[in-house]
Amino acid sequence: MDPSLSVSDITSSTKPLSEASSPPVMDLLSEPASEASSAPMVDLLMEPASEGSSAPMVDILSEPASEASSAPMVDLLMEPASEGSSAPMVDLLMEPASEASSAPMMNLLMEPASEPPKPDIDPLADIINDTPLSEGKTPVAAMPQEPPSDLFDDEPSELFAEPRQSNTANDNYNEHPTDIFTEEAITTLPSAVSTVSVNSKTNGVHSDEEEPDIFAEATVELSLDSPRNDRKKKEAAKPSASASAPAPSVSASASKPQPKTLEELIIVFHSTGDGMNAYMAYKVSTQTTLPMFRSKTFTVRRRFSDFLGLYEKLSDKHTLNGYIVPPPPEKSIMGMTKVKVGKEDNSSAEFVERRRAALERYLQRVVFHPSLLQDPDVREFLERDDMPRAHNTQALSGAGFLKMINRATDSLSKMTIKMNESDVWFEEKLQEVEAEDQQLRKLHIMVDSLVGHRKELSVNTGGFAKSVAMLGSSEDNTALSRALSQLAEVEDKMEQLHQEQAASDSFCFAELLADYIRLLGSVRASFDQRMKTWQRWQDAQNMLQKKRETEAKLLWANKPDKLQQAKDDITEWEAKVTQYERDFDRVSATVRKEVLRFEKEKARDFKKQIIKYLESLLQSQQQLIKYWEAFLPEAKAIA
Amino acid sequence: MLFDRPRAVNVDLQTDATLQVDISDALSERDKVKFTVHTKSTLPNFKQNEFSVVRQHEEFIWLHDSFVENEEYAGYIIPPAPPRPDFDASREKLQKLGEGEGSMTKEEFTKMKQELEAEYLAIFKKTVAMHEVFLCRVAAHPVLRKDMNFHVFLEYNQDLSVRGKNKREKMEDFFKNVVKSADGVLVAGVKDVDDFFEHEKTFLLEYHNRVKDASSKSDRMIRSHKSAADDINRIASTLYTLGTQDSTDVCKFFLKVSELFEKTRKIEARVAADEDLKLADLLKYYLRESQAAKDLLYRRGRALVDYENANKALDKARAKNKDVLQAETSQQVCCQKFEKISESAKQELIDFKTRRVAAFRKNLVELAELELKHAKGNLQLLQSCVGVLKGDT
Repeated sequence: MDPSLSVSDITSSTKPLSEASSPPVMDLLSEPASEASSAPMVDLLMEPASEGSSAPMVDILSEPASEASSAPMVDLLMEPASEGSSAPMVDLLMEPASEASSAPMMNLLMEPASEPPKPDIDPLADIINDTPLSEGKTPVAAMPQEPPSDLFDDEPSELFAEPRQSNTANDNYNEHPTDIFTEEAITTLPSAVSTVSVNSKTNGVHSDEEEPDIFAEATVELSLDSPRNDRKKKEAAKPSASASAPAPSVSASASKPQPKTLEELIIVFHSTGDGMNAYMAYKVSTQTTLPMFRSKTFTVRRRFSDFLGLYEKLSDKHTLNGYIVPPPPEKSIMGMTKVKVGKEDNSSAEFVERRRAALERYLQRVVFHPSLLQDPDVREFLERDDMPRAHNTQALSGAGFLKMINRATDSLSKMTIKMNESDVWFEEKLQEVEAEDQQLRKLHIMVDSLVGHRKELSVNTGGFAKSVAMLGSSEDNTALSRALSQLAEVEDKMEQLHQEQAASDSFCFAELLADYIRLLGSVRASFDQRMKTWQRWQDAQNMLQKKRETEAKLLWANKPDKLQQAKDDITEWEAKVTQYERDFDRVSATVRKEVLRFEKEKARDFKKQIIKYLESLLQSQQQLIKYWEAFLPEAKAIA
Repeated sequence: MLFDRPRAVNVDLQTDATLQVDISDALSERDKVKFTVHTKSTLPNFKQNEFSVVRQHEEFIWLHDSFVENEEYAGYIIPPAPPRPDFDASREKLQKLGEGEGSMTKEEFTKMKQELEAEYLAIFKKTVAMHEVFLCRVAAHPVLRKDMNFHVFLEYNQDLSVRGKNKREKMEDFFKNVVKSADGVLVAGVKDVDDFFEHEKTFLLEYHNRVKDASSKSDRMIRSHKSAADDINRIASTLYTLGTQDSTDVCKFFLKVSELFEKTRKIEARVAADEDLKLADLLKYYLRESQAAKDLLYRRGRALVDYENANKALDKARAKNKDVLQAETSQQVCCQKFEKISESAKQELIDFKTRRVAAFRKNLVELAELELKHAKGNLQLLQSCVGVLKGDT
């Protein structure tokens, strides 16, 4: 299923939904249905839709508008965020979660659906630009402690949370994964520390471009895998709260996990520019309909080392089983120092943004991995307000050193293992991966060099533009002088163009390659893991062989006292061999599955990113044409 | 492309059938280039109407220097001498390529080789064009075209046996230049009686500096543009390798993108080459031509100073009543010389301006048209490729 397609499906099909028409829902739902191959799901999904499409839906649109109660909403959000995790709040939030049987699914449908009423902007664009904040709650008046923040001016239109409250009405606080869109999210770029603080309270910092993908991914990946993985939990969690559904369990799994994980990055300088102690904090805002989370949207603050810590934890646990654990971006002491020193120049802003985007992609890869998403550490990372600081991620720390040694011994033992590969598939794949790694590295260097040259070109074009402007000013033929200064302007614009192009070379292309170079490292790690388990199995077999030999010797020597011991050993090792063999088979199967999944993702990522890159090239050519077309008559006017 | 440029610079020169010169052929031999200078003329002092001779760069320089040294031509802008052919850089690269042959794949090697050959050819063409421009300028000049040395240069079908300057001569030249520029500063400091020349003087001083700056900046710009194009080229070949070794369905995608980059880099390289041809070369030519114009002003300034000095000497001689006649003659000679220079110099400077404006117009229009052509070609490639790729997904 094509991600981009499904995005448009969701948005376009849900548009009519809000206008109280159910049929489009079918489109949307039919897709996951085919994937999950569960027919009932469709029915189930239609239910809420039809429900919603009758009265409540209309309410959604009308209620908030009339009430325009933006303030309290914010309050509710601010509370937990500022206080850390306040218990009552959590309770409140959890209740609906456990009850909200079909609600999540509805969210999926209704969220975008509620957007059309908004001005005339494309719903998708809204999602992209804005900050989803969620929390609809009826007893609005109950907790208005703080003045409405102006960030949420445009929010009434988004308050589509209401209707669902009417559904699950008995709770005081129904939280909903509603998007409250604040334009402000975009402006919270690194520099704006003040806004940032506001943001941190209001909690809904979301960002940008990646979101559409998320929608897409949610439908593609999770609809595919979550039924299998989530079903039990969900069944257990909420079999039939709003039991209108004919097939609750299916509905639960179909109530599609739609986690959107977005980070927004904030640089917080320690007190007053305390140079080297400064660190960057990132806001990770999640929006989800997965029942395993306590609420539907939440934001936490994480440091870079936390991301690394998450990776360490995941990799410790899952690499053993042959999973491909997406690696985080590397620590860059150079870049960080530059930022810390506080040069407000382009390169540090670029570094900050590059890292933010890289972390975002990293986290998305984790979250969209069906198995990793189930990991409690992931959940904790996304949800928990007071994360213990990750240790041992420092490059130069003692633990780091130990890790290095471990890695060294690992690679040594890797070299010593001589595996006679029984499975051609693995052999070929590994070779392929290695060759690809090599080429990608090469390509990455070249793209980097292109970026460098493009930047150089930009600078030199700027220099030339100035020089031509000077030449024009000293030229004493008026028409020629004019034409030259026009040329200078054209070159000026070209400077800009080259610079932008260099940025997209780097963001769209080089970053993609860097990601995949790292990912290929993980792929190789999973191959290595498979090899290690194989080795263990072989070792066990050898051991068993030895034990049998001892037994034979003992039999021969007729020493019955030790014979029993030997027999026990044999049974023990036989068990181990079977166990290890099973392990090996399991890991092999996982690796194979993971590699296939990886390849699919890779193909999709490359296609998406490179098309995006080509489009940026296309745009700059269009600009170029415009500039030169404007210049041509000027040149002809020289007389 | 080869013979495009000379005419670009000489647009305003009367195309006169009585004397037409061009370089019909050129041969690159190790470190020298042999130009075949082809002449068509109806002038009576040539033995034939059409003939060709083989000349080398040094002979061009000799001709140029003979103009400069000729007092008769003090009042003219002497067409600037063509720059020395410089193949060192590209030859060096070619050598490096040969050394690195082992470390490259065959495709990379052939590609690099083609690239370098193209580069070599471009420099070669440029060199030829610059030499031709010089000859055309001389041939079109109302006075210089009648020069004996020029005719010898065109007609004498053997080696002119000019040799390169030896070390002593080079040193002498160097000192001459130092003296000249010191003197130039002195002379330039003298206020001109004639407003036209005063204006031209300030203009040329400034113009020369700026055109120099613009020329070096444009070179830099073009160089980085070329490097970027080279990068794209290498990216294309790596993508190709990536596409051929991958077994999944991305490979088709990579191959397609590689194909696209292969095409766009060609366009990108063409853009750089055309900017070089239309912009950098133009600026470079006017750098030299404005220097020649400055030299003319210097000679005139020098003559003016001489004239004034002769006047003073005459006054002194009259006062002392000694050597009056001698002083009078020398004063008259100086006066005549100055007036002669002034007369022709004025026309020359006006011509210089017309020529300049016309050349800039032509080149800038062509530049804009080429840029548009390339950008449109590029755009089309990108559009169709994106279309295909999107269709695939």
